[in-house]
Amino acid sequence: MSDTYKAPTMAQKMASGDTPEILFWVGCAGSFDDRYKAVTLAFVKILNKVGVNFAVLGDEETCTGDPARRAGNEFLYQMQAMSNIQVLDGYQVKRIVTACPHCFNTIKNEYPALGGNYEVVHHSQYLQELIHEGKIVMKDGGEFKGKKITFHDSCFLGRANDVYEAPREVIKALDMELVEMKRCRSKGLCCGAGGAQMFKEPEAGKKDINVERTEEALQTGAKTIAVGCPFCLTMMTDGVKNKEKEAEVNVLDLAELIVKDQQL
Amino acid sequence: MSSLPQVLFLLVLGTAGYILYKRINYIRKTIQLGQPIARNDNPGERWKTMLLVAFGQKKMFKNPIPALLHLVIYVSFVIINLEVLEFIIDGIAGTHRVFAPFLAGFYSIAMNFFEFLALGVLLSCLVFLVRRNITKVPRLNMVELKGWPKLDANLILIIEIVLMLAILTMNATDQILAYRGIGGYIPLGGLWISESIQGIFEGLDSGTLVLIERFAWWFHIIGILAFAIYVTYSKHLHIFLAFPNTWYSNLEPKGKMDNMDSVTQEVKMMLGMAAEPAANEAAEIGRFGAKDVNDLSRVNLLNAFSCTECGRCTAECPANLTGKKLSPRKIMMDTRDRAEEVSQNLLAGKKGLDDGKSLLGDYITQEEINACTNCNACVEACPVNIDPLAIIIELRRYTAMEESGSPAQWNAMFQNIETSFAPWKFPPTDRFNWAADLNKEEK
Repeated sequence: MSDTYKAPTMAQKMASGDTPEILFWVGCAGSFDDRYKAVTLAFVKILNKVGVNFAVLGDEETCTGDPARRAGNEFLYQMQAMSNIQVLDGYQVKRIVTACPHCFNTIKNEYPALGGNYEVVHHSQYLQELIHEGKIVMKDGGEFKGKKITFHDSCFLGRANDVYEAPREVIKALDMELVEMKRCRSKGLCCGAGGAQMFKEPEAGKKDINVERTEEALQTGAKTIAVGCPFCLTMMTDGVKNKEKEAEVNVLDLAELIVKDQQL
Repeated sequence: MSSLPQVLFLLVLGTAGYILYKRINYIRKTIQLGQPIARNDNPGERWKTMLLVAFGQKKMFKNPIPALLHLVIYVSFVIINLEVLEFIIDGIAGTHRVFAPFLAGFYSIAMNFFEFLALGVLLSCLVFLVRRNITKVPRLNMVELKGWPKLDANLILIIEIVLMLAILTMNATDQILAYRGIGGYIPLGGLWISESIQGIFEGLDSGTLVLIERFAWWFHIIGILAFAIYVTYSKHLHIFLAFPNTWYSNLEPKGKMDNMDSVTQEVKMMLGMAAEPAANEAAEIGRFGAKDVNDLSRVNLLNAFSCTECGRCTAECPANLTGKKLSPRKIMMDTRDRAEEVSQNLLAGKKGLDDGKSLLGDYITQEEINACTNCNACVEACPVNIDPLAIIIELRRYTAMEESGSPAQWNAMFQNIETSFAPWKFPPTDRFNWAADLNKEEK
């Protein structure tokens, strides 16, 4: 087994006197969710490919506290936030990139009130940056060229933080035909997982939100549904299964699209 | 000429003014049941938001047809109020069309323009009545609108139509009298819209016409004053409160929740990062989160009074769309209803907040707040920047921290975070296991 790709930890970097340019905040889904671990691997491969000096926290990382906070448990959130800030400040972290819009929103917008100040970017923004700088050059006529794709806006990236263009720029760079759903950008429909819904059964209703959203995505005729959030990925994947379309329709994260194009 | 009409007019104006003053005071006091909140930063941005969103109706134009009809009513409301100024001067001074001699030719242009707007209002209100009652636009026919809210909405539209008919009747009869050369009436060289209904009145003798003209004048001005008072009881307060409400908008990213500083102090003590305050320094710690309206902020309550129950929030809410009980509009309506109930209790010398009821439980249920995905679609949809999510979060905070009453699965999630530092029950030592697969699946 070769050792092409590396995921150094902050502890290792510090021990060798190295200061990484960015910290990749993996998040709980990226660490534990079997499907989403593939996105973590994909993004680490991209970071390796472009040769950026990065590190992860490894097992020093803990939940940002977002799900606790949005379910109303401010105590637990602040306990998590303060101990994370201690760790981040201990490593003198300046710039954080994460693939999870919930981690992104919490660290970027909510940690400053508790003394944690970092430059935080979502991986869609970081990927857009790499593409603009020419560090990722898409294959000419790659496997996605001209194929229909639709992008599902994550609420915590879109409405919560007004990031609408970065993921679309990444898709554009892949030369794919982006077909928007009727409810997109600031009018995008939630996948149903936000506000800690990911961690409980939905209330009684006539339909599950992810099914409603998946139906809309399928109506575009796209065979690829791109997402930029671990919870959206789960919800949309479940939705596609519910509609029995998993044989023909893929739900993929932006980083996975790039890794496929680049054959990493 | 007898000064009786002038005395009568002053009496009407004074009474209306007094009632309005009392009502405004009551609403102010009701909003002040909430906690004070520091939202005076960045005045430049706040004025800009108010100008764009309230004055400029920026967010209405996501849906162009109702936006245009609404714009007609809004512009007319602002401009026709200039004519009300003339009504008031005429009423006090005993004059008739006091501005006409000063403005000369421009006066009839202005009157024609006002009539054009009046017709626009009339037609827009008719279309709105049709949308509410005949074509039944879904968001205007939801369960939370049953009873008074539906009647309120229809009454507002009907009153506006009747007021516009009074203006046109007044102008029509006024001009017939003017062209018959009756003293005091000023010919305006043709008012196109009211001319078209003059046929109804032309057969009547001048005495009857004067009666009709005077009746329409009084009806219109008393109607406007009565409507102003009515508005303070109705959902229609947005015509005034949209302005302060947008000024007090949340200017932060929508995803950012307010930090609870009272919790920060306690957490710091628990982590040994801050000393226990001496007993005499310990600030009175109120409730965590909100159970009732007095736990909410004044901006939350101002939001509730500014809500005109249009339901754009609920129409975009993913929980509501899929049949859950949550409706962001109902959150706002309940908040106002409860705030008014408490305020009226206090006015009646009753116990106010201690009436055995509360916002959470008696008005808003756990089932509703638990269904929210924090997606901010409601906040984005609101044309006057109301934030229903802020109230939902406060109710969830109370439930989780004061009552440990969150859904069982959330309590399990809390426990997982406490013990495994992740919302799922995985050993924290497994967190970095993914790295082992990094070089496994090379193609």
